[in-house]
Amino acid sequence: MIRPVSPEDFAPATHADLVRGPARPSLSYWQDAWLRLKRNRQALVSLAVVCAVLLFTLVGPLLWRVDPGQPVLSRVSEPPRWSNAAVVLPRPTPYEEVLVPDAPPDPPGDAANLPAPASLTLLGEPTVEAVRLRWAHVPGAAGYLVYRSTSKPGGDYLGLPMGEVSAGNVVSFEDAFNLEPTTYWYSVVATNGSESRAAATVEVKVPAGISLVDAKTIDPRAKPGDVVSPPRRPFGTDDLGRDLLARLIAGARISLFIGFTAPFLSILIGVFIGGVAGYFGGRLDHWLMRITDFVLALPFLLFMILFRVALGVRPGESGVFPMLVAMIVLSWTGAARLTRGQVLQLRESEFVQASRLLGARPLYLLVRHLLPNTLGVILVALTFAIPSAIFTEAFLSFIGMGVAAPTPSWGSMCNDGIKTFLVYPHEFLFPAAAISVTVLAFNLLGDGLRDALDPRMRSVE
Amino acid sequence: MLAYSLKRLLAGLVTVFFIATATFAAMHAVPGDPLTTGKARNAEIRANLRARYGLDKPILVQYGVFLRNMATGDFGISFTQQNRSVNDIIREHFPVSAVLGVLALVFSTLGGVFLGSLTARFRGRMADRSTLFLVVLFISVPSFVFAALWQLVVLVVNQRAGTTILPIAGWGTLRHMLLPALALGLGTLAFLTRLMRSSLLEIVHQDYVRTAKAKGLPPWRIFVSHQLRNGILPVITLLGPALATITTGGFVVESVFAIPGLGRYFVQAVQQLDYTVIMGLTVFYGAFLVLMVIVVDIVYGFVDPRIRVAKEAA
Repeated sequence: MIRPVSPEDFAPATHADLVRGPARPSLSYWQDAWLRLKRNRQALVSLAVVCAVLLFTLVGPLLWRVDPGQPVLSRVSEPPRWSNAAVVLPRPTPYEEVLVPDAPPDPPGDAANLPAPASLTLLGEPTVEAVRLRWAHVPGAAGYLVYRSTSKPGGDYLGLPMGEVSAGNVVSFEDAFNLEPTTYWYSVVATNGSESRAAATVEVKVPAGISLVDAKTIDPRAKPGDVVSPPRRPFGTDDLGRDLLARLIAGARISLFIGFTAPFLSILIGVFIGGVAGYFGGRLDHWLMRITDFVLALPFLLFMILFRVALGVRPGESGVFPMLVAMIVLSWTGAARLTRGQVLQLRESEFVQASRLLGARPLYLLVRHLLPNTLGVILVALTFAIPSAIFTEAFLSFIGMGVAAPTPSWGSMCNDGIKTFLVYPHEFLFPAAAISVTVLAFNLLGDGLRDALDPRMRSVE
Repeated sequence: MLAYSLKRLLAGLVTVFFIATATFAAMHAVPGDPLTTGKARNAEIRANLRARYGLDKPILVQYGVFLRNMATGDFGISFTQQNRSVNDIIREHFPVSAVLGVLALVFSTLGGVFLGSLTARFRGRMADRSTLFLVVLFISVPSFVFAALWQLVVLVVNQRAGTTILPIAGWGTLRHMLLPALALGLGTLAFLTRLMRSSLLEIVHQDYVRTAKAKGLPPWRIFVSHQLRNGILPVITLLGPALATITTGGFVVESVFAIPGLGRYFVQAVQQLDYTVIMGLTVFYGAFLVLMVIVVDIVYGFVDPRIRVAKEAA
């Protein structure tokens, strides 16, 4: 049923009816960005990783007070292990070569056809101090070669040559080189001018233990049979017996120092040059942009290396400062072009025109209106510049053009570690993982920040 | 098109001139001179050596000689290996780097186009998201880490197999090249994948794609002859800079795999402060990279008629 409308149905509108309050609280640009970032799980995880890396760098030296530069030559290239507690070994018995009494004179013969030494056995118990082998004499042999391998020998590969017995009548060998509590395969080959093709192989399980001499450096009162715990090396040690964890922490300081300072300063310079070029335009803009183009045309890494030479850093020297200078000089261009583009766009926008109309000076306009509105884009550029600077540092130090020994940086640690990588992978893998995880976290965070701060450039459309 | 190419080449020449000048300035800013570190303690020997390398002349004269020699393609003689000219070094070692670089570039371009298409096709799904993560991973992990990891993996495989399936270092056959190219190309592959993906995603909404769909073309035809052909264009522009990344990335990969390439030689020259080699190789690399960017730009014009027209009009 339709009821006719009468004037009584209407009432004059009050002010409160006309002006509605905001439907929801207004958000600033940064609050909005934070909300968007919080919804991105990948970015949040990366943020946590970045914080963890910073914490590792800043708090690490306080918690892990081991000198990163202290070499311990008795603990070279130790693999990562949480506990090193070991039984002190008895005083070693002196090693005496086993001789064949009636050594036959050098008989002629084809070296390649010499048989493998028979009855290859251990002489005494194997310890981390020494493994002693003996075998039966091979008639016709003028000497023996001993190989050691950490995996079961297959094919032609017998392992690392550990030593040569260069007399045919000596049928024993002592290996005291850098033994670890693990399983080794020893192979003995008879030689006579050249090597025989037949090898005798024995598997040796070396039990954990610590020599009396080494034990006394930790506890002067240590006796054979005691259990001593050398200082923990949870990440193992490097080729000079330095603690890898302490070096990772110390290296993080250098890597992150360069990784933060260089992008920060180069972006500051870039923003200044780009801002000036974009705002003032004209001839100044033209020349500044020509300079930018020129710097951009320089092959980046080549000139990084060239700068190092030009600043008088001799090979083998550490060049943190030259590297920083070179990075800043060569990498401000990206930020300059970015800022210039933004400023050119904003310069003509209405709110800037209005501000100019009200008598704002150029500097005020630049600082108050133009730069804050470019800040999001610049921040994104910064987050991407940080991993790339860490990357560059690692790359240069890796080829020996950056930070050099004894100062550790993640890149130079990789450079040290890769030499023995196939035997002691941990010396390379830890710093490599540190670089990779840090750079990965920054890159993912950068992706997240770009999506949050600059919705126009969103990557996942 | 010819006029455009000539203009680009001329601009490239100016860039190379600037690179050469910057190199010369940088190398002459070094405190002392190249012979300070050498064996030339004796004043007479020093004077002789300075005369031989032309270091006794005023700096502007040296600069003039340097530019003239560069223009005729003469990079001088090495400081540490007497009687070996920089040209010889380039002639001997550059082909190795070039073969490795081209192989890595082919690998990364094919891989990038393929992965990019894959992610665009399965956008938002598991395949897309995991590939995108892999892409960031490839960008974040330095090439030397990949190089070392491949070596470790292949070493273990070789040990298991009892024979050498792939050599883990050295140079010579195609089998030697696979691992280095794989390590060298991954970063570029990641960049190209990203680029390919975003360009394909933009094209999906283009009118001509909708028209093709409306005409009833099968999806693969639309993809191959409309989306792929247009989506690949940005990838082509990036090939020049990509080659630059790969060439300089070669320094590291060459030293990890013991490959006798130019990059390893450059690093060695810097370590030994071999001035002429450093200057010569920097200018050579610079000129090579500039040339490659120009070549790519010109080729781009042939591939994309729109660009050609625009450039000719300009």
